[in-house]
Amino acid sequence: MPSDPAEPLIWARGLCKRFGDLVAVDGIDFEVGRGEAFGFLGPNGAGKSSAMRMVACLSPLSGGSLRILGLDPARDGVRIRSRLGLVPQDDTLDLELTVRENLYIYGRYFDLPRKVIRERADQLLAFAQLTERADDKVEPLSGGMKRRLTIARALINEPELLLLDEPTTGLDPQARHLLWDRLWRLKQQGVTLVLTTHYMDEAEQLCDRLVVMDKGRIAAEGTPRQLIEQWSTKEVLELRFGPGEHEALAAKLGGLAERIEVLPDRLLLYVEDGDEALAGTHRRGLRPDSALVRRSTLEDVFLRLTGRRLVD
Amino acid sequence: MASAALRSLEYWAYQYRRTWRGTIASSFLSPVLYMAAMGLGLGSLVDRSGHGASLAGGGYLAFLAPGLLAATAMQTAATEATWPVMGAIKWVRTYHAMLATPLRVVDVLAGHLAWMALRLLLVSAIFLGVMAAFGTTPSPWALAALPAAALTGMAFAAPITAFAATRENDAGFSALFRFGIIPMFLFSGTFFPIGQLPAPLRPVAWVTPLWHGVALCRALDLGTATAGPALGHVAYLGAWAAAGTVLARRAFHHRLAR
Repeated sequence: MPSDPAEPLIWARGLCKRFGDLVAVDGIDFEVGRGEAFGFLGPNGAGKSSAMRMVACLSPLSGGSLRILGLDPARDGVRIRSRLGLVPQDDTLDLELTVRENLYIYGRYFDLPRKVIRERADQLLAFAQLTERADDKVEPLSGGMKRRLTIARALINEPELLLLDEPTTGLDPQARHLLWDRLWRLKQQGVTLVLTTHYMDEAEQLCDRLVVMDKGRIAAEGTPRQLIEQWSTKEVLELRFGPGEHEALAAKLGGLAERIEVLPDRLLLYVEDGDEALAGTHRRGLRPDSALVRRSTLEDVFLRLTGRRLVD
Repeated sequence: MASAALRSLEYWAYQYRRTWRGTIASSFLSPVLYMAAMGLGLGSLVDRSGHGASLAGGGYLAFLAPGLLAATAMQTAATEATWPVMGAIKWVRTYHAMLATPLRVVDVLAGHLAWMALRLLLVSAIFLGVMAAFGTTPSPWALAALPAAALTGMAFAAPITAFAATRENDAGFSALFRFGIIPMFLFSGTFFPIGQLPAPLRPVAWVTPLWHGVALCRALDLGTATAGPALGHVAYLGAWAAAGTVLARRAFHHRLAR
């Protein structure tokens, strides 16, 4: 069934999810277009995964409207899921089966013929760099390998839309970069990606566009660059002083920066020119234990929007 | 729908390839041991006291064997409907993997219940084979004890699946066995007629599904079944299985489609 390419793959208006008295998702609007890489960035408990579960047709809406691939999840969940791939936050691999068997049985859930699964499994194993482990049990594989297998498995039905819930949480840096590289390739192949993350570097690396979520609401939306331009300054000067001094010293730096954030372990000065601000700091007779000039990141955007940090 | 449930069933059959040898061996061994110890060993005392023939024409072993068939179905059902269900929800998370695909909650449940029914048929078929080897299948009606035993098992499997799907951990399962399954195993007519129980306890035995399963399997195996009571037992067991399925469906929706 061909869809209108101009039609958004996901269209959500006033989307809500409540669990009893807890409001996990509090009326959010967003759209995801074909071929886009779209992210939900926010801390744990922001409502990202609840939103994702509704998009995956796993969880009924508590309110609002949602269309996936132009279809209604309440009525057409089966048809929608047959065209989606889901990489859940917690692996759902069968550790006692082999890598290849996991792909096989998952393909059967989609009612794919055995021959088709066998062909695709070989390609997907190569893509996930798991060919050499194809006939090993999943149990002893590293966390990164299991994640890559989960992604390969989610691709067995050649989905138009791949949903990834916290894809690299718990992985070491090397495994994360390898995974990002694989996701980047998928994006190049035209697969629409939707991911949730609380890592700002992940959102910056992978997302064309993202929404910043906090307490079930969308706090801001845009490309990573737009968000940084809109909500932060070009550069950030990070100053560390002795413990407990930061609050008092922030007052002495007034006028040097557009905005100053006081964190327990450092001061963040939001400025256009970090070196200039550092020189200004020295001119006022302040000698920080360490000083670092860096570009603004999505972490700064989140801090600005919510007054809190993404990862505690 | 039917085809989707079959794909969920396929998973259970697929993963069973890992363990089938072990489970089949114990499905043979367990009835052999029980029938040797209780049927032949203890049974010789019962028969010598002159009570065996009054229980069943073939003596105590003939009385005991079909009862054990039903009781074994119950125990198999209780095992299959507890830890594997909890595992598919919390540990292996198989149900969650299935639900990310076109399979629906009802397909996931139907496939797993169908798998339990197949396991029960397999275990009961092996048991009947052992019974035949011990010469305790006097009537061709004994063949009808196979579906009867499987039905007995499902009268437990469905409600226990519902129970398991409401649990946060497996702590309740040992209580279920200790206070439910084992007392039923001992006091629902498997080893002695419930007429031996103190009168106030007899109604308790009557309402247990196992007593109906034992009575049905025994009557079929010995060829003494009459339509009225047999259909009554089937209806009673069927009602437990049906009510359990309804409850399990509700519990699965509540647990898995939040």
